[in-house]
Amino acid sequence: MSYLSVQNISKSYPGVQALSDISFSVEKGAVHGLMGENGAGKSTLIRVLSGDQSADSGTISIDGIEQNYGSVRDAFDAGVIVIHQELQLVPELTVAENLWLGRFPGRGGVLDGRQLVETVRSRLQEIGVDVDPNAKVTSLSIGARQMVEIAKAVMMEARVIALDEPTSSLSSRESEILFKLIARLKAKGTVILYVSHRLEEIFHLCDSLTVLRDGRLAAHHPDIANVTRDQIIAEMVGREIGNIWGWRERSFGPVRLEVSGICGEKLPGPAEFSVRQGEILGFFGLIGAGRSELMRLVYGADTRRGGTVSIDGIEVPADNPRGAINAGLVLCPEDRKHDGIIQGRSIEENIAISSRRHMSPFGILQPGKEAALADRFIARLKVRTPSRKQDIVNLSGGNQQKVILGRWLSEQGVKVLIVDEPTRGIDVGAKSEIYDILYELAEGGMAIVVVSSELPEVMGISDRIFVMCEGRMTGEFARETFEERNILTLALPDRNAAHTV
Amino acid sequence: MNSLKKILLGDQGLVVIFAVAFAIVSLTVPNFLTERNILGLLQSVVTIGIVACTMMFCLASRDFDLSVGSTVAFTGMIAVIASNMTGSIVLGLIIALLSGTLVGAVNGFVIACFRINALITTLATMQIVRGLALIVSDGRAVGINDPGFYQLALSRFLGIPTPIWVMGALFIVFGFLLNRTVFGKNTLAIGGNPEAARLAGVNVVSMRIWIFALQGLICAVAGIMLASRITSGQPNAATGLELSVISACVLGGVSLAGGRAAMTGVIVGVMIMGIAENVMNLLNIQAFYQYVVRGLILLIAVLLDNLRSSASR
Ligand SMILES: Nc1ncnc2c1ncn2[C@@H]1O[C@H](COP(=O)(O)OP(=O)(O)OP(=O)(O)O)[C@@H](O)[C@H]1O
Ligand SMILES: [Mg+2]
Repeated sequence: MSYLSVQNISKSYPGVQALSDISFSVEKGAVHGLMGENGAGKSTLIRVLSGDQSADSGTISIDGIEQNYGSVRDAFDAGVIVIHQELQLVPELTVAENLWLGRFPGRGGVLDGRQLVETVRSRLQEIGVDVDPNAKVTSLSIGARQMVEIAKAVMMEARVIALDEPTSSLSSRESEILFKLIARLKAKGTVILYVSHRLEEIFHLCDSLTVLRDGRLAAHHPDIANVTRDQIIAEMVGREIGNIWGWRERSFGPVRLEVSGICGEKLPGPAEFSVRQGEILGFFGLIGAGRSELMRLVYGADTRRGGTVSIDGIEVPADNPRGAINAGLVLCPEDRKHDGIIQGRSIEENIAISSRRHMSPFGILQPGKEAALADRFIARLKVRTPSRKQDIVNLSGGNQQKVILGRWLSEQGVKVLIVDEPTRGIDVGAKSEIYDILYELAEGGMAIVVVSSELPEVMGISDRIFVMCEGRMTGEFARETFEERNILTLALPDRNAAHTV
Repeated sequence: MNSLKKILLGDQGLVVIFAVAFAIVSLTVPNFLTERNILGLLQSVVTIGIVACTMMFCLASRDFDLSVGSTVAFTGMIAVIASNMTGSIVLGLIIALLSGTLVGAVNGFVIACFRINALITTLATMQIVRGLALIVSDGRAVGINDPGFYQLALSRFLGIPTPIWVMGALFIVFGFLLNRTVFGKNTLAIGGNPEAARLAGVNVVSMRIWIFALQGLICAVAGIMLASRITSGQPNAATGLELSVISACVLGGVSLAGGRAAMTGVIVGVMIMGIAENVMNLLNIQAFYQYVVRGLILLIAVLLDNLRSSASR
């Protein structure tokens, strides 16, 4: 007897058929995976389920009862809670306030502050989330925010919880906590819908699986034990993908980027590293290890307390990104919503924002050139969109990421490219295309730094790996010596303490 | 029904509404569609139209400028006094343009470098600058010595008064600046997401200063035209202008949240404001009611804007 049942759901946006005629069902207490390329319609399906968007046609039933909700609130009351790809907490409120939002305890509008905090504290402990209920959400890492959202769903005693790419911003340890949590919810009979681009996770967690392709149902697997990895990829992408990393041997030139003695407000220890021409340097660490902070200091996005950055022996100005860009250093930032996308503007403008100064004599735009540039990257990175004029906020999460990457991959005169979590939320097919572009750029003599929390990715594409932990550099590995266990050991805080003592 | 909604809420929705309203007014209001009345209408929106050009940039970059009315009065006053004192109109105009630019640059500098809210900053400069206009004139209207100054507003080219030409030229210049230059696109990018724009290499601080300086300069142009038309420097001229200009921009689809602006929209917004006033005058509607109508038009514009952005989501 299926608990959650989705029947013939269709949904279109102007110029895009996001979902057409999707039907599947999930048993009580099952974890159901949703996979598909970027823009396949996964988030849309979840939005429909959460009452955030209404479907053009089709029905949703829970426990045999047809649901007819018109708002998120209705879905809440029906026990459906969604944790979105882009997190939805109120940044200026505390963790506890966020968890209670919409149904504060207390009588006659007077809040019982103590109860507010204590309930949250015990609940967080119960599910193994280590966050201070009094902390403001702005002060938390993305990973911690994600955990808070999940805690919120648990507190609401949801019957159906949908998670949209929950692990894309979690460290492996936080992911472990999440997986345990999911197992516990499952035992309680909660239905979990789980969207992810990571096949390992899908196999590890899910009981059944639905694959979407271009808004259509590509496959429904009631039992995941009967499918293989390659089969799923083929159903998603429509072709086979062999080795997604595709690493190839390269020769290196002299040192290109030299960073020494860098420190800043959020990164106390001075950091040093250098990258050679044609080299891809991976930076691995857990979320919160200080990698992004370091890269922001190198780029001049945050103010340095000390240290120097030089490219080919020439010092790069310390305090503004523009100076760095002019010196040939670019950074594709980690947080695409806050630091990457320009809301309300087209894909074309989002790609061309930086590189257009090279193609605009006297500051006058050459629309033809910008259009050609945009079209090239839309095609190469397979951005799913009706046109390059589409507002970037209308793209799916992974497609937004592709556009922001396109912005930096298309920049001219780049000597050093730093990409922070470049493939977050990007599907398998597009990932291998992005790695390919990185190799091409490296072969052209660029020095590339890849920050990533996915160890397989760092190991798959780097020539050398630096490990960071709690704001310090804790290790360095050459490609011949890559070994998962050794790298992980140096990234974990407690073990490190033992090392350095 | 659906397609009607699509048209009204689409990119050109405002233009359609404007065309329909214009047609209705032309057919129903006597004396509206005469050359004399149309030129008068255009003359009456010159100040708002000119200042709206740069206000559009301010709003598009997520900023705000309340000091425009005061700046228009102040620069008009400076133009008159400086012309009188130096005996040269050209010199007087240059000094007025410079002082307008200076006021704007100070606004921009305080907002960009000290990160003080634009609303507060320009609320302060609005009063300071109005005060300065009163101080230099001792609170009285200042007459113009050289009658050549009147010619700025009175002269005609091809039968159309110079101020209308100036306004038209500025529409074209700023439309080009917004859509076809790096400056315009960077302005919109800052409005869309200032932090992302900064990380993409846009010099947000200097852009802000430029936008405000430009606003000051254009206010001076409007101030000079106005002084010439009313044949004197008036310290109390253009009070409340900031609200009319911002209304016109919002009517024209410029988003107060930044990142969205179009010159055609702003032109239409300015015209709608002008026509409403003109029609009410032709129909002899009391001035008191005109405030109510203007407020209603603004409300409707904002509601439309709201519908439009929720329809596109
Ligand atoms: N508000 C919107 N307006 C127009 N098109 C939209 C809107 N929201 C989503 N789309 C389109 O609908 C399609 C499905 O998007 P959706 O976000 O569901 O993809 P997804 O499968 O979640 O992808 P990803 O893996 O990148 O998160 C995409 O082509 C997207 O461009
Ligand atoms: Mg998605």
